[in-house]
Amino acid sequence: MNMLTEAGVEQQLADQGNTPAIKMRGKGVTVHYGDKQALFGVDLDVPEKQVTALIGPSGCGKSTFLRCLNRMNDTIPICRVGGDITLDGEDIYDPKIDVVELRARVGMVFQKPNPFPKSIYENIAYGPRIHGLTKNKAELDAVVESSLRKAALWDEVKDRLQEPGTGLSGGQQQRLCIARAIAVSPEVILMDEPCSALDPIATAKVEELIDELRQNYTIVIVTHSMQQAARVSQRTAMFHLGYLVEEGATDKMFTNPDDKRTQDYITGRFG
Amino acid sequence: MGEHIVTSFGEELEGVDRLIREMGDLAGTMVADATRALLSSDNPLAQRVVSDDAIMDAKQRELDDRAITLIARRQPMAQDLRAVIGAIRMAGDLERIGDLAKNIAKRVGAVGQTTTPKSLSQSIESMAEMVHAQASGIVDRYVARDAAALKSLRAGDEKIDIKYTAIFRELLTYMMEDPRNITACTHLLFCAKNLERIGDHATNIAENAYYVMTGEQLPINRPKLDETAVSSAASEA
Repeated sequence: MNMLTEAGVEQQLADQGNTPAIKMRGKGVTVHYGDKQALFGVDLDVPEKQVTALIGPSGCGKSTFLRCLNRMNDTIPICRVGGDITLDGEDIYDPKIDVVELRARVGMVFQKPNPFPKSIYENIAYGPRIHGLTKNKAELDAVVESSLRKAALWDEVKDRLQEPGTGLSGGQQQRLCIARAIAVSPEVILMDEPCSALDPIATAKVEELIDELRQNYTIVIVTHSMQQAARVSQRTAMFHLGYLVEEGATDKMFTNPDDKRTQDYITGRFG
Repeated sequence: MGEHIVTSFGEELEGVDRLIREMGDLAGTMVADATRALLSSDNPLAQRVVSDDAIMDAKQRELDDRAITLIARRQPMAQDLRAVIGAIRMAGDLERIGDLAKNIAKRVGAVGQTTTPKSLSQSIESMAEMVHAQASGIVDRYVARDAAALKSLRAGDEKIDIKYTAIFRELLTYMMEDPRNITACTHLLFCAKNLERIGDHATNIAENAYYVMTGEQLPINRPKLDETAVSSAASEA
């Protein structure tokens, strides 16, 4: 038994030694929509090449926080963001930052699949083309294929690349949107309830995909499904009424959370 | 702890908890009855322990069914998940306690023919009391959700182990004194060993219950004092 314990301790020490780098860091993040404050000084680190899940009841600020990470909130005129958010140590709200370039580095997948009303091929090719990532048709073809392969969609669509993306099933459309996000070689992928409009099989495929993408990308996912957060993420952050309540290793959060509000929320009790 | 938003979820968890309580009560009764039957050569009482074991098995199956259905239907999290998994494991230990009590009861007939020396039956009686107090105390503390008390109760198993070692030596003495005692004493030795095993299962239950309540595991190394393995090995050598 002692041997086991020692091995366990060694494993823990090794794990501590392998603490991943921090890809994105939020420090005292506040958000106001007009007079209404939606986020109150959130401090949250997003570790590199891991999946971080944001959970909490509706209106808790998790999507608002997610949208701060690629300045998606800039598109809402009454929205004001305070505090610091950095990507690789660089302030993303610095006036010198090119927002279009930022959103290429920090891609996003939305709740409802929203393919462009164009062909499957064009859905993927659009980003690399406007960002000037490819020099010729052959290179573009290669990006389209590799993106669709990474999104586990290639085999299903390779014979009908010129058909409209909107003609795919819901689950395929969502994977097309993930492929579209991947096509511009992002470093971080933000996902806002990516499976809420999908059936269990399509959900399983997207979750499998998230697990594979973790090898190369940093992922932040907002989800209302506790089981999904428990399945796909390594870190979980719990939001409530605009505050970050608790953040930690997913395994601990779903077996033995520290905060009563987290316990009440994940076990389905009155808060 | 607040109530579940889905009332039936809370009721299902309570149902599982209630079964653990019932199994705990039954286990306590079986241990007490089996020992009483053994010491007073009461065959009908021994028979009742044997038939109680069938009830115990049925309750364990019911608990398993309910727990599995609850997991499938509710996907419990955090303390709810610990409670369901903990209940499955505790039910396994309680079922084993039932088996061991039944095993004691089955020996009543075999031991009954010879008269047990007074001091020996006193020893077994006091060991049985310790085991009974340990087992029912642990289930009571679980029902009352008293984690701190469980931690100290768990240490009580050490005393049972010491008692078992003493009885083991006592039985050896009787057997050496008069070989005609060997059959009865061997049965009694198994009974004492069964009581000692019941104590171990009670310890498991305490550890599980503590984890269910706190989410933390008690340290693995609890002092272990069953010296019979060591002393018998030494005497063989």
